[in-house]
Amino acid sequence: MMKGLKKWRLFGLLATLTVFLSACGEEYLSTLTPAGKVGEQQFNLLILSTAIMAFVIIVVCAIYLISFFKFRRSVVGENVIPKQVEGSHTLEVIWTVIPVILLLILAVPTVTATYKLGDTSGMDAVDENGDKQALTVNVTAKLYWWEFEYPDLGIVTAQELVVPTGENVYFNLIAADVKHSFWIPAVGGKMDTNVENLNKFYLEFGEESADLQEGVFYGKCAELCGPSHALMDFKVKTLARDDFDTWVSAMQNTADRPVATDVQAGEQAFVDNACISCHATDATAVTPDNPYASNAVGPNLATFGDRSRVAGILEHTEEEVVNWLKHSDDIKPGNLMPVYEDVPEEELEAIAAYLMSLSVEE
Amino acid sequence: MSSIAKKKGFGATVWDYMTTVDHKKIAVMYLVAGTLFFVLGGIEALLMRIQLVQPNNDFVSAGFFNQLMTMHGTTMIFLAAMPLLFAFMNAVVPLQIGARDVAFPFLNSLGFWLFFFGGVFLNLSWFLGGAPDAGWTSYASLSLYSEGHGIDFYVLGLQVSGAGTLISGINFLVTIINMRAPGMTYMRMPLFTWTTFVASALILFAFPPLTIGLALMLFDRMFGANFFDHTMGGNTIIWEHLFWIFGHPEVYILVLPAFGLFSEIFATFSRKRLFGYSSMVFATILIGFLGFMVWAHHMFTVGLGATANAIFAVATMLIAVPTGMKVFNWLLTMWGGSIKVTVPMLYALGFIPSFVAGGVTGVMQAAAPLDYQLHDSYFIVAHFHYVIVGGIVLALFGSAHYYWPLMFNQMLSEKLGKITFWLFFIGFHCTFFVQHFLGLMGMPRRVATYLDNQGWDTFNLISTVGAFLMAIGVLTLVINVIITAVKNEKVGRDPWGDGRTLEWAIPQPVPFYNFRQTPLVRGLDTYWIEKQEGNTEGMTYAEPLGDIHMPNNSIIPFVMSVGLFIASFGALYNMDADKGWSIYLLIGGLLITFISMFVRSAKDDHGYHLHVEDIIAEEERLYGKKGGHE
Amino acid sequence: MDFNTKFTPQTWPDHPEQATLEGKNKFVGFWLFLACEIVLFASLFATYLALKNKGPNGMGAEFTTQALFELPLVFVMTMVLLTSSLTSVYAMYHMKNHNFKGTQTWMGITVLLGAVFLGLEIYEFNHYVHLGFNYTHSAFSSAFYTLVGTHGAHVLLGLCWITALIIRNSKRGLNLYNAPKYYVAALYWHFIDVVWVFIFTVVYLMGAM
Repeated sequence: MMKGLKKWRLFGLLATLTVFLSACGEEYLSTLTPAGKVGEQQFNLLILSTAIMAFVIIVVCAIYLISFFKFRRSVVGENVIPKQVEGSHTLEVIWTVIPVILLLILAVPTVTATYKLGDTSGMDAVDENGDKQALTVNVTAKLYWWEFEYPDLGIVTAQELVVPTGENVYFNLIAADVKHSFWIPAVGGKMDTNVENLNKFYLEFGEESADLQEGVFYGKCAELCGPSHALMDFKVKTLARDDFDTWVSAMQNTADRPVATDVQAGEQAFVDNACISCHATDATAVTPDNPYASNAVGPNLATFGDRSRVAGILEHTEEEVVNWLKHSDDIKPGNLMPVYEDVPEEELEAIAAYLMSLSVEE
Repeated sequence: MSSIAKKKGFGATVWDYMTTVDHKKIAVMYLVAGTLFFVLGGIEALLMRIQLVQPNNDFVSAGFFNQLMTMHGTTMIFLAAMPLLFAFMNAVVPLQIGARDVAFPFLNSLGFWLFFFGGVFLNLSWFLGGAPDAGWTSYASLSLYSEGHGIDFYVLGLQVSGAGTLISGINFLVTIINMRAPGMTYMRMPLFTWTTFVASALILFAFPPLTIGLALMLFDRMFGANFFDHTMGGNTIIWEHLFWIFGHPEVYILVLPAFGLFSEIFATFSRKRLFGYSSMVFATILIGFLGFMVWAHHMFTVGLGATANAIFAVATMLIAVPTGMKVFNWLLTMWGGSIKVTVPMLYALGFIPSFVAGGVTGVMQAAAPLDYQLHDSYFIVAHFHYVIVGGIVLALFGSAHYYWPLMFNQMLSEKLGKITFWLFFIGFHCTFFVQHFLGLMGMPRRVATYLDNQGWDTFNLISTVGAFLMAIGVLTLVINVIITAVKNEKVGRDPWGDGRTLEWAIPQPVPFYNFRQTPLVRGLDTYWIEKQEGNTEGMTYAEPLGDIHMPNNSIIPFVMSVGLFIASFGALYNMDADKGWSIYLLIGGLLITFISMFVRSAKDDHGYHLHVEDIIAEEERLYGKKGGHE
Repeated sequence: MDFNTKFTPQTWPDHPEQATLEGKNKFVGFWLFLACEIVLFASLFATYLALKNKGPNGMGAEFTTQALFELPLVFVMTMVLLTSSLTSVYAMYHMKNHNFKGTQTWMGITVLLGAVFLGLEIYEFNHYVHLGFNYTHSAFSSAFYTLVGTHGAHVLLGLCWITALIIRNSKRGLNLYNAPKYYVAALYWHFIDVVWVFIFTVVYLMGAM
């Protein structure tokens, strides 16, 4: 494969195929392993356009190599004065018309898909009872975390999006501070979260994430948003519809969850250190929306124990929670969470244990 | 106004360059300044690639990485690629059309100094509290959020250097419209002149939106205006539109002259007339026109709606047609020719597959739904580096070798040149080819680091290795330049032996008045025609030997630019509440500029006349007793 | 023809502004500069239209175009500026006939009318600011002052330019070196006038409706 990279484009094509076959990237992250109808549609366009473009490259390289090897001065002779050809109308027409045809072949599915993916009318479709048929998620992007609110279900979560498989899920996207972009590469293309207007789009999640390496798809922020742009990850858990419904009702009952006796000290510390003033631990604590974006200051922690990462990037262990509490400014530079270096270690550990106990899946 | 150059001291030489209005000397200044900024941008790129060589690297901090990334893009586009192209435009275009200088020699000098001081101002940000860190696109919400003065350096620096670019653009347009030698009709102009013409027209229409965008951002930051503050009714998407209405044509401003340079190289080293000249001209104009119709393809994911996305998708695809015409015309120029693989030709040969690869990925991104996946991923990074490095940088390096004898009357070493080419070319593909796959594998662009276990490690390593190969390639070019300068072997007229256009017909070194007598152009590739007819003079003249009217040198452009440079500092620090003195800097700087302008317009500057005796004396000095034309 | 040649009305060329190569270059170059200015103002107009009447939540209705603008005053301003364009045409007419005194006089009148316009504009802005509609009031106010103010800055620059021309040439008289200078200054003045017509229409008339 490495050899192919250094060669001309003709071989580049072979290399392309080789790389396609050998390295499609990770299943939970790569656009080359689409999991869902939207991603598949985009992948099909990728294949179609690559095929057309490979054809163009082959034609160009063929003419290029032939004319180079046939008409070098060492071949044609040192003192030959070539015929000074002005041009050729026939050829000009040929290499205008053929590209136009090739582009038309690409343009028709492009336009069709653009309209299809741009159609979010399903978001407001209602059944005979007037209930929303499709699931809608309000996404608010903040420095450097994500809030996912389910307006029709009265629940909210953060950092880890949970969605049902096999149906269109609609998204309302907005940013609370600076512009971000919402991207789940393995599921489908991105959409920006602007600061001044709501963007709408939909995705379809084709497979359950439980089989994946970490049990989640990776989500990314795709628009430069500051020093920790690279670390503004989120995760996506996809569940079968029944499991999703179970999850939703568990979420709806998080309001006055009993706190296990062994983590009650942690809960006390959570309150004493004013963590609670920014972080709700109750998934029904839907933040009142201002006209622009959710005004939650910190991520909702109601499902912290179920997450696969701390702060979207660290290993999901109590040690890393403590590490985060003490060094959040180093781990995600520019993020707005205060640093708790002065809090006694055991208190931080208690908070970590308490947070890990916040779960709706057990 | 002495025409007889004496052996000058260092100070006198510096003064000469500071005051010169000679397009050939300004070309050298653009070349030197552009190369310096190019090296600076290259070092920034290397630092970034070192940071990304492995996951979770902490070679540089995230904030510093964003500054590197922003400055790399801004420097390479505004301070390296454009000035280097201006270097060749200045060095070549007046000679190609048979002119004694550009239309506005004074403005030519002003354009250079504005660019230079704008660039210096921007780069001083490194030492004065931090460089801009919101990307070269400086999207409004992030750039308003950004602390410190980085963004202000960006806004003011680009404003000043952008004014220089605009001035140069107008200058080249007027030069090409008004200053062509008799017989040099539009359809006899060499393709580099044509592409310069169209690129200058693009500058004329593309830079004002940037000027406005930068001004609005400056007003937001400096005077508390609300253009981009959505809580006050503002709208950041306005910035995106203004930026890309400028930004997309900017791509063609860069690549069209590169196309022109390659057209010259292909024709020369195929010893054959450019195939399909008129369709090449047509394609150039069409690309320039379409270049203004497609800016929103940079904004497919912004949420403009399906209809806007569909229209811009199809419009973008259309650009592939004229570009394809050009590629096929170059191929057919080689076909049936007599191809000599010199270093410039090597670059041209390397350009075709590289640029086609960059072009086709561009068409892939034009498919809007596919772009939802590719946008802001490493695929984009790969694409635009294939276009910019594979198109523009290869053109710049190739033309540096090609026009070196015209600019310096010396020939760069062909042997070292070939080493440079292969190092750079292999390094380039090694760096950027794998980035296509990184993007497809889900890696967003502009990331300061990445976590492991995402399948990106190997390709990032390969990419970094490639970047170092490119750097070594550039180093060999620098060594080549030094060796050549030390050797100082003069080469004389038409050193490639196959020159076709007017610039090669002038005896070397080119006298400061370019043409002792204005030439009469008798067709496309006029020097080729004269050579074929056995005219050893190289030119047919349109006028008898007579007095030549020349412009005076002037220090005013330099002073005006210094004034704006000072005023920019005033404006920048005026945003801090505790720096009251800054207002004096601002007013003082502007006063310097305006007084210079007033002095310039109050004085009559008629230039001077170079008399026949002076011309003959100068020719004797340059070419010995016989004169270059005998 | 040389810069220093002395002319009489009989020998004075029909197009003195384009009689020399420098004049021709200036002529073409200035038209191109105006093309670039058109794009500049087009960008400002687009920004203004996007932000028209936009402000923070709950911005009062008294800060909309309908409530704010005083059409009679703006109409007077328009007439003054249009007249000044006409007087600059007279100046050019006299320049073509090698009547230096006429050129200077009419250029002077143009400057006076321009100054009246500028004075009225300052009065207008001052009036709005007193209503609380200052530059930082809202996105709308920023866009309005920037668009109309950029035009005002052009007027100011034009006034300084033409005044400088009148003074610098008062002893020199007309020649082929300064004729193009007068010509492009007049061109610039017409351009300012045309931009104002668009501002009057887009900002004031369409705003008041």
